[in-house]
Amino acid sequence: MNDLGWIDAALTAARPQAVSALLRYFRDLDTAEEAFQEACLRALKTWPQNGPPRDPAAWLIMVGRNAALDEARRKKKQTELPEDDVLSDLDDAESALAERLDGAHYRDDILRLLFICCHPDLPAVQQIALALRIVSGLSVKEIARAFLVSESAMEQRITRAKRRVAAADVPFEAPGAPERAERLGAVAAMIYLLFNEGYSASGGSVQVRVPLCEEAIRLARLLLRLFPAEPEIMGLAALLLLQHARAKARLDGEGNIVLLEDQDRGLWDRELIAEGLALLEKALRHQRPGPYQVQAAIAGVHAHAAQPEDTDWAEIEQLYGALERHQPSPVVTLNRAVAVSKVRGPAAALAMIEPLAQPLAGYFHYFGVKGWLLKELGRADEARTAFDRAIALANTPAEAEQIRQHLDRLKEGAQRKSGRGSAHPAQS
Amino acid sequence: MLYAILCYHDEAEVGSWPKEKDDAVLAKRALVTDKLAAKGRLGPVVRLMPTTAATTVRAGREPLVIDGPFAETKEQLLGFYIVDCASLAEAIEAAKGMVKDGGGAMEIRPLRLFRPGTTAGALAAESVAP
Repeated sequence: MNDLGWIDAALTAARPQAVSALLRYFRDLDTAEEAFQEACLRALKTWPQNGPPRDPAAWLIMVGRNAALDEARRKKKQTELPEDDVLSDLDDAESALAERLDGAHYRDDILRLLFICCHPDLPAVQQIALALRIVSGLSVKEIARAFLVSESAMEQRITRAKRRVAAADVPFEAPGAPERAERLGAVAAMIYLLFNEGYSASGGSVQVRVPLCEEAIRLARLLLRLFPAEPEIMGLAALLLLQHARAKARLDGEGNIVLLEDQDRGLWDRELIAEGLALLEKALRHQRPGPYQVQAAIAGVHAHAAQPEDTDWAEIEQLYGALERHQPSPVVTLNRAVAVSKVRGPAAALAMIEPLAQPLAGYFHYFGVKGWLLKELGRADEARTAFDRAIALANTPAEAEQIRQHLDRLKEGAQRKSGRGSAHPAQS
Repeated sequence: MLYAILCYHDEAEVGSWPKEKDDAVLAKRALVTDKLAAKGRLGPVVRLMPTTAATTVRAGREPLVIDGPFAETKEQLLGFYIVDCASLAEAIEAAKGMVKDGGGAMEIRPLRLFRPGTTAGALAAESVAP
């Protein structure tokens, strides 16, 4: 072993399992995290000489637990507290050997740890930040950088979020099937949010934050390993892989968004696409469709098209129809309208999105799509008004720039009818 | 003698490698396989998708289709090399060269039957074609 990078990777990989088991022992997030930190320090000291243990997670759990116990005993001596809850809790803790054999425990441990981060009172960004800190082990500095806020602001947010979840009291008994399904759903949603935060940044100047996307994929794979027969978790993992496969093609040299139709499909990551399609195929075999599977199927249709012209828009329209039934939302309807415009023309699509004007009054993409449809219909003045509104609602400079390009094309090509129509602004 | 060198590693750990690390490991592996290839002693090389993409068909009165890999183990079979070595010692040397970077374990299995197959090359292209 000529570098110590392998230790880092081993610690990162073992982290969810180790921290979640330590949390079950100590029933306190901070104690569990400190115990894990201590175990990592000891791993960095001993692993380079002795090589990695056969089961790094079990090693870290055992060493972390003992270290925290010693610490608790030491404190007890120093302060001469008569009783120590932490200690009494540990007397009935299982032995390290039993821990190693009991894989089923881990599953609920890790799910619990992830679920704790999804407290419904926490705003989405705090859920994600907490998961990145606790489950993924990113430093506060790294998380702050990803969210483009100062380190102290992020520190505060995470501390507040931790206090919130500590008060929430998620039970430590093994969950029953309904609770498990509910937790799984909440965790899947959080992973999806995390991915989206990376995929289309909600603010600031960086449009795509690849590390957040990669971390979301890592967590989705972790969840899928724990629940290998859940078609919606397969669908989630497939969706993230298929979307992320386009990452390299989504931005140009200046960091501007490149729309799906204009992307260099040679830059799409074929390995990720192949894995995503394989997972999707596995999921569909179960014949228990759900929103993630349908969205993955939509991404799959795009992935199958070697050229934009080859895109099976009729299939996409049908899939968005299915998604509307699973998860009715004006945003889904807006996306279906884009498919409708390809199949039945811009007038039909425009009629479809008229009723969305109110619910999507503050939605950037609504005005982007509306402007684009009006432009296709040759209604340049109305298109300009819609594009202006979109620019006002843009979340990032790249989004605004994307609309400005439409406006420019509107100006220069007022007479010229483009052959295949120009790219719609909803998908990239 | 033909040997299969089977690569085992903790999938969660390999999955935690950043892309640069993954590329670096493969590049160092190539140093070993290029030498074998130059001597005409390298057979098919296969890297498997994660076990989450696996499906298992288990024998029974009715064959049972199960999501996931055949065995729940700490380390997963991630891929394999087929090499032509004069002796086990030579195969061990090759495997040592491979295991040097990235950790994990290599299992060496003598081959009983070898058919190079008809999909060589085509498979890689097919699996990546949209």
